Order: sequence, then C-alpha cells, then structure tokens
Amino acid sequence: MIDRLDQIFVLLKHWLVGYLPGEWQAAAGVVVSVVVIIGLYPALFALTTVLERKGVGRIQNRLGPNRVGPYGILQPMADGIKSLTKEDIVPRSADAVVHFLAPIVLVVTVFMGFAVLPMGRNMVLVDMDAGLLFYFAMGASTELSVFMAGWSSRNKYSLLGAMRAVAQMISYEVALLLSSVVVVMATGSLSLVKIVEAQNHYTWGLPHWYIFTPWGLAGFLMYAIAATAETNRSPFDLPEGESELVAGYHTEYSGFKFALFFLGEYVAMFSISGLGSTLFLGGWSAPLAFLTWVPSWIWFFGKLLVSMCVFIWLRGTLPRLRQDQLMNFAWKFVLPMCLLNLFVVALWRFIGDGWLRWLVCSAILVLAYVGIGWEGMSRKRLGARSYRYAD
Amino acid sequence: MGIAFYIISALTVCGGLAAVLLKNTVHCALALTVAFAGLALLFLRLDAQFAGFAQILVYIGAVAILVVFAILLTRGSDTPKDGVFSKTWLAGLAIAAAVFSVLGWAVLQAAPWLPHETVAPNVTVNQIGEALMGRYVLPLEIVAVLLTAALVGAVIVAMHEKEGAK
Repeated sequence: MIDRLDQIFVLLKHWLVGYLPGEWQAAAGVVVSVVVIIGLYPALFALTTVLERKGVGRIQNRLGPNRVGPYGILQPMADGIKSLTKEDIVPRSADAVVHFLAPIVLVVTVFMGFAVLPMGRNMVLVDMDAGLLFYFAMGASTELSVFMAGWSSRNKYSLLGAMRAVAQMISYEVALLLSSVVVVMATGSLSLVKIVEAQNHYTWGLPHWYIFTPWGLAGFLMYAIAATAETNRSPFDLPEGESELVAGYHTEYSGFKFALFFLGEYVAMFSISGLGSTLFLGGWSAPLAFLTWVPSWIWFFGKLLVSMCVFIWLRGTLPRLRQDQLMNFAWKFVLPMCLLNLFVVALWRFIGDGWLRWLVCSAILVLAYVGIGWEGMSRKRLGARSYRYAD
Repeated sequence: MGIAFYIISALTVCGGLAAVLLKNTVHCALALTVAFAGLALLFLRLDAQFAGFAQILVYIGAVAILVVFAILLTRGSDTPKDGVFSKTWLAGLAIAAAVFSVLGWAVLQAAPWLPHETVAPNVTVNQIGEALMGRYVLPLEIVAVLLTAALVGAVIVAMHEKEGAK
C-alpha cells in the first residue's frame, strides 16, 4: 500500500499508457510526463504568487490581496484572466520578431531543466548520464532570452536591465557551477538520480545528505547565494530595480507576454530550488530514517516549497545590493570560497572515512570564513553613525 | 541518417547563412546562436552528450553573449548606410573556397588512415573525465595556464585603458 502510494504517479502513467498499442507506449509515456510537468509547475506558480504577496504583505505589516475569494486565495485566477484579456502592446520601434521570440525562448529553456530533475523515486523524465551538465546548459541559454527581450524593446530601461541581468547571470553562473561541482566530486557522477541515491542512506537514523558535511554546508550556502542571484531575486534584483529601471528587461511587455516572463522567473526559481535540494538536501529522500514510509514526492515538493518560502522571506527582509557590491561579492568572495571548497572536498575524498576528515575539513573552512570575516570587519571603521547632510 | 538529421542540418545551415546575410548585426549574432544550437543537436544525435552540452554551455551560454555584448558596447547595433557587405566580396569568396577545398581535400585524404569502426563507440562523460584527468592531464593543465594568462592579460589591458581615460 505504502509502496503503491510512493509510486502512484508512475503507476498512473503506466495505466494510462497501457491503453495504447505497444509501439506507441514509450513515446506516449514521455508525452504524458511532459504534459504533467508543464501543467504542474504553473499551478505551483499560481500558488506561490498568492503565498508571496501574502507573505511579503505580512512582513511589511499590511494585509496583501484579500478581495478575490476567501482570504484572497483566488487572486491568481483574477491575475490570469487579467493578463489574458489585456491588450498586447508591441512598441512601434521594437524588433517585432525578436520581441515575440524572447518570452518563448525563456519559458522553453526554463522548462527543459525539469527533464533531468528526479521528483521522486523512479520519477524522472530522462535519467541522463550527464544530467547536471544538461541542466546547466539549459540554464545558460536563458541569458540569451533576457538579452533578446531587453534589446528588442528599443528602450533604454529595457536595455540597461538586460545588460545588468546578463552580467549578473554570467558572474553568478560561475559560482553556481563551482558550488555544484563539489557534489559531483563527492559522488563521482553527473547523473542527478545517482546523486540522490548516494545521499539516501542513514546512520543512527540521520540522513547522509551532503549539507550535513562541512564542505556540503559551505557549498550549499554558496549555491543558495548564486541561485538567488541567478534567478534575479531580491536582494539581487538589480535587473528589475523598480526605482531605477521601471521593470528592467520586461518593461515593454504587456498582457500574456509579461505573464510568460513572470512565469519563467518563478519556474526558474522552482527548478533551481529543485536542483539545490537534489544536490545538497537529498532530493526525494526523507529527512529521518523512520520517515521513509512517507511518499518520496511529498519530500521533494515539500523541500521545493520550503525553499520558495525562504526566497519570499529573503525578499521581504534584505535590501537591494548596489551594482559594484554585487560584482565584488561574486568575484571576490563567492568565487574564491567555491574554489577553496573544491580543495576541501578533494581532501575529504582522499583522507577516507573516519573522524580525521571531519576535523581537517571543518577546521579549514571555519578558519577561512572566520578569517575573511575578521579581515573584512577590521577594514570597516564602525562607530557612531554620522549623517552628512542631516545634522 | 533519418529525417531528424536533415531537419537539424537544415536548421544549422539556415542559421549560418542568416548569420552572414542578415543586415542587422544583432540579428546576425542571434542567427549564429541558432547555428550553434543546431550543431549541439547534431552532436547529441551522435550520442556525444558531453560535446553537445559543452557546445550549448560554452557557445550559447558564453560566446553568443560575448558577441552581443561586444556589438552593443562597441559601435551600436544600427545598420551602416552603405550596407553590411564588403566591397571585396569576390576575393573573400575565393579565399573561403580555397580554404574549404584544402580542408576538404585533407579530410578526404585522411579518411583511409582512420580505423574503420563498424559499431558506434559508446563514450560516457565519466570516461572523458578520467581521460582528461589521467592521460591528457598535461595538455589540460597547459590550456588552463594559457587561459589564466589570457584572463590576467585582458584585465591588465582593461585597467590600463581606464587609467589613460582619467
């Protein structure tokens, strides 16, 4: 029974596909999975928009949407109808073809990433030998769509937003890749299915998730920072800085095309959270050994929603960075720390089992982070706040 | 071969032609990206996962972005008045044909010397990684040093220019 529940979606798919003749079954199975993925994540996106508006509203001491349906939970319906019925305005000087293609390219490349994410036991669309590489290849392609949107709009705000977005995404993509490579080094495989399986063991009832190792914790922190920047989320939302650039690269988009950008942004957040939980938080594996009876997909989507809540929490809490701070942070802090982490994980692998590797690896990482913290703080002269113009 | 091969090849060739023939420079860069994507798909059709994904990651994710950045930051994307085609296109055509014929000749000459394999080789990413870290580690390191030197050089050139401007 419990196994049935765990595999319910796989069984449902087999049951559906079973009605077709033999030679069509493989292709139909793929189509069913793709349709489910394309239907599921926009539904989650609708849920998240309410969660975000309510959550950020709470953080900012206001109510958030509360007019449509009980407690405003039908707000996404209203938003959807609004964006579908709005006039689609294309600026006269805009490059019509590229302007039209940009949101499509974005949404397509963002959805491609889900092809390799294992969303539960046996629930992966393609178990690719180079799954992680595929994911990053697709992630790299989204930058081009952002550029296309910004350039084709023929608007200074759009172009500036696109330039900022592309510069930021390229800088943090390096960090994202390097912070994920540690997991590949520890597992010895690029396949996301194998990475989850390697973490699905328990000692004393505790899981072998990579976040519970010294290098895994450091890697996860760097991954989380890079992922936030890669999805252009606050505090790294300079490409859309409303006070400076109107709305960044999608200033000139209205109606459903704007909704596609919005969708692409949130689906990218889901996908990058999914990859983060697959790499560091054990993917679909349960957090404690006695909870393994709970269906695996509940754990995956639970982790996904928790990461979304953290994204919303961060957005409500942190102020936006400045452009120079953003770049300095990427190249002078995150990147060196990722490189150090590569060294630490190599040590971890070659020292072998035992307490020694825990001691050595933790010592190196703690020393590095504390040292940099001290060094950085000693340069700042923190004293009583002085006001230049308002004494 | 199959129909997918012809579709992908047509896409790649059209992308390449559009990159040469279009008037707007940014359109050319985007068409070039289509050609890159077609090449990546061709690699993937040959079961070369690593080459295919590396093609997407490096060429679409980095080189294409670099090209459009260079176009935007240097002289704007506006089409020049006198057209984008060079006056000496005939000489260019002759040189391109000469290079193509030499390359084609070399490839055709080399074909008999290659081992004649009847089954498609099955190379996993894992094997590529082991080869790069084992047998070919020295070339890899040399390339790494070269690229680092190029990076440092580029930064120095950029910094010098900035000082001069001030």
